[in-house]
Formats: sequence, structure tokens, C-alpha cells
Amino acid sequence: MSTSPPDLAPVGVEEPVDQDVTEPDRPWLVIVWNDPINLMSYVTFVFQKLFGYSREKATKLMLDVHHKGRAIVSSGTRERAELDVFRLHEHGLWATMEQAT
Amino acid sequence: MAGRRIRRTRKGDYQLRLSADERVLLRSLPGELREILDGQDPALGRLFPPAYADDPVHDAEYQMLMHQELRERHEEALAVMEQTVENERLDQEQLHAWSRALNELRLVLGTRLDVAEDMVEVDPEDPRAPAFALYGYLSWLQGEIVEALSAAL
Repeated sequence: MSTSPPDLAPVGVEEPVDQDVTEPDRPWLVIVWNDPINLMSYVTFVFQKLFGYSREKATKLMLDVHHKGRAIVSSGTRERAELDVFRLHEHGLWATMEQAT
Repeated sequence: MAGRRIRRTRKGDYQLRLSADERVLLRSLPGELREILDGQDPALGRLFPPAYADDPVHDAEYQMLMHQELRERHEEALAVMEQTVENERLDQEQLHAWSRALNELRLVLGTRLDVAEDMVEVDPEDPRAPAFALYGYLSWLQGEIVEALSAAL
């Protein structure tokens, strides 16, 4: 999975500087949650389409969502995670992000 | 079975075999969803989920930046379906927009109907039976579209 170079800071976005909350070293995780509406085939398709995952990997992630209730589908910088969450929301998936502990 | 309803052609676009009745139905739905898109309908929650589940402060920032754009993306998909609903053929991008539009409709309808993963048969006398039938149809059509799109990945 590709991540942005660490020095590629967003321009013009003011980040709250709070070391307790935003430790840059800990990656942000993008999580997709199970829901009763999205089709399993659609979720697999979206993972392939958005992340370029193989059918096998996308299917495994979809089954994790389905059986375990959630799965981590990508990780990286906060900006990268926000973009991934947005693209998943655009496709109607229930995605959230949180920083790795 | 009368063969697939959505078929990838040799040119790489998609042939859409839908009846006139289906197209009339599909044409009516985007407008209905668009009407509630700015309102407070609780069924809209699934179209605009929080990004930061346990962090209201960051989520408020995120929503301030992204909510309107997400709303526009949802509208774009509905508009593509609306504008191409009479087409015999769709290109890949248009069909992808259809899959998103149908999913938006299913998310709102399914939330209203409180659908479960294991759907049981609905009593035909149940006042919600037509809505369940519509949900079933949209789910079937989306499945067909996803299958056609997945085959081209």
C-alpha cells in the first residue's frame, strides 16, 4: 500500500497541535463496519476499485466485515485516511477512521 | 432465466436490458431522494456517516470541510442515472454511477424499512410490502450491475 511521504504537509490546513492527540508516528486506520444493506458483492467491488486490491484480498476483507463486524481496509497518514473515508462514504459504505494505539 | 440483463459488450461498454416499466420506475426515484437530501430525515444518516466515530471535535471539522462535497457526489450519481435511464448502452463510468445511485436509494429505503441481513418473506397484506418489493428489485439490479462491473476489473 502506498503512503504519502511524511513531509508532504497539506497547505493551508491548520492542524490543532496537540501531541496527545496527533502523534504523527502512529498511522491512521480506516475501518469499514458491517451493515445489513450493502451487498457483499458490492463491498468487494468497492474494495477492489478504490484500493486496487485483488479479488481475493477484497473478498477476505469483505468477509471480515461481515463476520467480525469490522475490518481495517487501509492505513496511512491522517490526510490519506480522510480521503479513503470520503471515497468509501461516496460509495455508501460505513467507514470511520481512528489512530492506531 | 432469460440471460443477463446487463452485459459487457466487445467495445467495453455495457448493454442494459430493462423494460419500459423498469425505466419509468428508475426515472422517478432520484428526484424523490433529492427532495429529502437536505432535510432531517433520519434515514439519511447512512449516506452521511461520521468519519471520526469517537471524536466529535475532529468529526465536526471533517464534516465542515467534506459534508457538502459528499452531498454533491451523491447528487452526481443520482443525476447520471436520471439522465441515462433511457439508454440502451452505458459506459463504465455511467454504470458505476448507477451502482452508487442504486446503493443510495437502497440505503435510505433499507434504513426506513429496518431491513435485516436475513430477510424473511413479507406478508403481501403488510402495508410495507410494496416498499419491500422495491427494495428487493433495487438490490437485484444493483447485484447485476456489480457483477458486470466486477467482471471488468
